[in-house]
Amino acid sequence: MRLLREILHSLLAFVRTFGAMALFFVQLLRYSPWTFFRRFNLVVAQVYNAGALSIVIIMVSGLFVGGVLGLQAFASLERFNAEEATGILAGFALVKEIGPVITALLFAGRAGTALASEIGLMKATDQLSAMEMMAVNPMHRVMVPRFLGGIISMPLLTAIFTMVGLLGAHLVAVELLGVDVGAYWQQLQQAMDVEDISEGIIKSVVFGVVASSLAVWEGYNAVPTAEGVGRATTRTVVRTAIAVLILDFMITAYLL
Amino acid sequence: MNIKDYFSPIYSDRLELYTPITIQQWSQALSDALIEVRDLDFSRGPRTIFRNLNLTIARGDITAIMGPSGTGKTTLLQLIARQLVPDRGQVLIDGVDIATLNQAGLYELRKRFGMLFQNGALLTDMSVFENVAFPLREHTRMGERLIRMVVLMKLHAVGLRGASELMPSELSGGMARRVALARAMVMDPDILIYDEPFVGLDPISMGVIVRLIRRMNDTLGISSIVVSHDIKEIAVVSDRSHLISDGRVVASGNPAELDQDSSEMVEQFMHGLPDGPVAFHYDAPDYEQQLFGREK
Repeated sequence: MRLLREILHSLLAFVRTFGAMALFFVQLLRYSPWTFFRRFNLVVAQVYNAGALSIVIIMVSGLFVGGVLGLQAFASLERFNAEEATGILAGFALVKEIGPVITALLFAGRAGTALASEIGLMKATDQLSAMEMMAVNPMHRVMVPRFLGGIISMPLLTAIFTMVGLLGAHLVAVELLGVDVGAYWQQLQQAMDVEDISEGIIKSVVFGVVASSLAVWEGYNAVPTAEGVGRATTRTVVRTAIAVLILDFMITAYLL
Repeated sequence: MNIKDYFSPIYSDRLELYTPITIQQWSQALSDALIEVRDLDFSRGPRTIFRNLNLTIARGDITAIMGPSGTGKTTLLQLIARQLVPDRGQVLIDGVDIATLNQAGLYELRKRFGMLFQNGALLTDMSVFENVAFPLREHTRMGERLIRMVVLMKLHAVGLRGASELMPSELSGGMARRVALARAMVMDPDILIYDEPFVGLDPISMGVIVRLIRRMNDTLGISSIVVSHDIKEIAVVSDRSHLISDGRVVASGNPAELDQDSSEMVEQFMHGLPDGPVAFHYDAPDYEQQLFGREK
């Protein structure tokens, strides 16, 4: 009986949290057009914070992930004397899967945590309350610009990651392992369709929405203490990672 | 609130016009009560903070809200500013029940407020100048030159014109409080609310803040609410005080009246006595039993 009560209690808490998250998300969407047009400078500042400041980590990761893909693809395809197809394998993996997913995970670790802790600290130091008292809606001024900044940044970061990844795979496969440069790029160009690229773009936009809204939500709902902000930051990474991986599977299954 | 209500004593039926009035007449036309708290109940979880609280804050005065720590003074401010919603009862500002306002109405009302938070609550990603300019940029269409002029005037009033380019992290606690005060008054509010303005200040900063509160209230003709438990400073600065304990107002009056109040509660608070109705110890089991008895 006690177990049943605890399960029911947990279920209710989950529904309550999920409902609050959904309402918060609706509010973000509701205020987004107004904020985008009326407070564009704030959105640009957040694109810089979430996007531009993440470029280095994205490029370094992209280069090495691409390099590993080049190595693995070459090693696998060499068994079938098909090493010229290294470009196709690395390209498809990067554009459709690895690019959007790893960028979203890196985004959660770099920008998502920064967003959650910044908003959490603003709450802990009464800055959000002060805005409310100055008749400034924190949703307009703080949450939505960060949300939009994340959504805009994610596809751009994904594109950068994928391009640098392809370059990394090229360096390993062509420069290091001797795959023909023409075969590498031409086969990739011939095999890749617009649908493949749009799959990557769709994923990056969806991951952008999920990662930014989760980071903003966690910050906004952080318990206003040092421990609370720390927990919110951790939850941001964990929840984003899980959500991204589940959504990746669902989108892939839907688009195949 | 209908504008006619303000003018009713001098409203001319014959001309069907509002007769031009002086500021003095205007203030007389308004009721003396700026804020009324009526039969207010508020709880946080199982803990009752206020039970049937009634309180009036007079227009033009500096009103102090005093009480022991944890008695709900800051909560009362949050209820007055509708950052919290009462379980029962009303908060009336100029006769308007603030619970009936929609978000736009609430934000219009809040434009009449200036609030000094306990820790200043400065926006940490902006300089001192930008913090003070923040409400102007958000709510007015003032040009950059005019904003600069107004901000520098307000910073000058709190003695920090020279610190305008500093970031909040470079300020001492007292300086941050003064910048927050400049920001609170930059929109020339009708009501200035100070939440524990004297906490953690050195004697010089405290003296400066005390003088600023009095000077601004008198020169700008505003009303001020000061939440504090610093009796000495409150006695200097306030016109009227309300002492809150156990979720209700236990005494009201000017500082001298409160000082003469013979009730046990008021006496304990005003003279800082360790024994009295307010227990020093939080509710706990028997001391000896807890120290030497078997742990349960």
